[in-house]
Amino acid sequence: MALLTFREALGQAMDEEMARDESIFLMGEEVAQYDGAYKVSKGLLEKYGERRVWDSPISEAGFAGLGIGAALTGLRPIIEMMTWNFGIQAFDQIINHAAKMRYMSGGQYKCPIVFRGPNGAAHMLGAQHSQAVEPMLTNIPGLIVATCSTPYDGKGLLKSAIRDDNPVIFLESEMMYGMKGEVPDDEYLIPLGEGDIKREGTDVTLIAWNKALHKAAEAAEQLAKEGISAEVLDPRTLQPLDEDLIFGSVRKTHRVIVVEEAWGFASLGSQIADRIQEECFDDLDAPVKKVSNEFVPMPYNEAQEERVMPSTERIIKAVNEVLYRS
Amino acid sequence: MAKSKAKSLDQDALVDIYKTMCLFRRFEERVGLAYTKRKFSGFCHLHIGQEGLAVGVQSCLRDTDYMISGYRSHTQAIGKGIEPKRVMAELFGKVEGCCRGKGGSMHMFSEPLRFLGGHGIVGGQVPLAVGVGFKIRYREEDDICVCYMGDAATNQGQFFEAMNMAATWDLPVLFIVENNRYGMGTDIKRTTSVEHLWKRAEAFDMAHSDCDGMDAIAVHEHVSEIVQKMRKDKKPHFMEALTYRYRGHSVSDPGTYRTKKEVEDFQKNKDPIKRLGKYFVSQKIATEEQLKEWDAEAKAIVKAAEEFADNAENPPVEEAFDHVLV
Repeated sequence: MALLTFREALGQAMDEEMARDESIFLMGEEVAQYDGAYKVSKGLLEKYGERRVWDSPISEAGFAGLGIGAALTGLRPIIEMMTWNFGIQAFDQIINHAAKMRYMSGGQYKCPIVFRGPNGAAHMLGAQHSQAVEPMLTNIPGLIVATCSTPYDGKGLLKSAIRDDNPVIFLESEMMYGMKGEVPDDEYLIPLGEGDIKREGTDVTLIAWNKALHKAAEAAEQLAKEGISAEVLDPRTLQPLDEDLIFGSVRKTHRVIVVEEAWGFASLGSQIADRIQEECFDDLDAPVKKVSNEFVPMPYNEAQEERVMPSTERIIKAVNEVLYRS
Repeated sequence: MAKSKAKSLDQDALVDIYKTMCLFRRFEERVGLAYTKRKFSGFCHLHIGQEGLAVGVQSCLRDTDYMISGYRSHTQAIGKGIEPKRVMAELFGKVEGCCRGKGGSMHMFSEPLRFLGGHGIVGGQVPLAVGVGFKIRYREEDDICVCYMGDAATNQGQFFEAMNMAATWDLPVLFIVENNRYGMGTDIKRTTSVEHLWKRAEAFDMAHSDCDGMDAIAVHEHVSEIVQKMRKDKKPHFMEALTYRYRGHSVSDPGTYRTKKEVEDFQKNKDPIKRLGKYFVSQKIATEEQLKEWDAEAKAIVKAAEEFADNAENPPVEEAFDHVLV
């Protein structure tokens, strides 16, 4: 086991896969000579050369589409979005093209491509740089959406995403790139579609992903001191969801909070709550609650930003509500 | 008619061009009729009047070259090798259609024949074409990718992004603008800053040209030279073809934005089939009777295609759930 930062773990995933398969190339803004805006691709240009590591122009729709065309004709592109907020420029290509090629061609084409980059708010970046795209992209048939909360998960999932023959949206976080975690020395993969119980518990299930997972874990830690046993579940793949894992946890704890750093209107949290009420209605001892962003654009001011995003306090308050504690 | 240049094509090739134009014309007429008979629904954009361009370009390509297009692409798909009956069956939504009834009028695909659609978002196919060019460069091949688009696609942002990458990185894409003067019902002059669309290429320092898209032989001669050049220099080329559609933007278009006189002028004086027929007769390549025979052959193929499509099966309803992901 090595102690790696998130960026190192993700970089290793790309490095190992590029060494294994020469049809993989990396393209994005600043990924080559600059070593990546967040240094995730550090060293890849030096190792794989200009044929396989490409600095793109600032043309997200353009290079996303380039990746799709290359994927349809046999290459396996990794397209880095410097942030998913810029990636919104490429939504036409991702939604209208990547997600539709296999279907509209009646199964003739496959589109093995990974679009990856940081997602969500990242401390005082203002409204245009602080959006989480999972509610939008999990709503599109034809896309797989994955995310990660630890370097270990990030590496194993990204490797699986690169090997998958479908378009995969891979959501990271600027705030986690420096976070360290244990990563095995030997090769491993984490399959797409499998969630993970990050902390076992019996009284309530906290479902969270990406960096919100850490707020949920912190809340669980505090709740433990008060004698409440919270289970923390990371779905890891958001589309398709590991519903079996979620339902199993609900049947054990009978109470659920979904924590998401996205807006809660018609969100992934809403979907999870809907599926739980549909499949686990009789198992619930309280309504499913969501702790989401307040429904305003992300403010710049630090205290305001903190106020509108999910916090451990808001999570604990929600837990108290579903446990009917005052 | 480029009379002297036509001598560079042997007689069989000339006749083949004529016959294929007849096929395309009769095919689209039949499609329009089938639509009014409600044999299928949805959007339907006919290529009638623009056959000279499709046939002239196709005559310069080899099987391994790629092609991608917009939503007015039934005949281009046939030119690339998809059987007329499979295109007709696709229009009718049948399982024997080239996309098993999942694509429809705007989305013809053939992976083995390297026809990458059939795209319904104006300009969206242009970055994909650049991705195919990227793959050709990555694999050091000498194929090219033909990317058709309409005049109005040159006002899309993605068009500019894609042109910039193709020119900067020497990607072998032949961009062909089918300038039929109208973006749906809007005269292109009312929305576009340049009179000649080839001027767009100058912004990217990209090789460019224009040609009479109503003259199949002129197109053949012009594109042959471009393709030969591209196989050697592996660089993109931007070509504006001046052409005209006789029918509306789609079948439901009343055509109030242009005069009857304008349409009739093209039909009477510039029609690609009439022009080549006249040339054949004047040069004693064919008699009037032979021209009629070839036209009858085309009609017979199209009639058989419609019968095939009429009798083809619908896909199983449950197949709606297939081909979403690999």
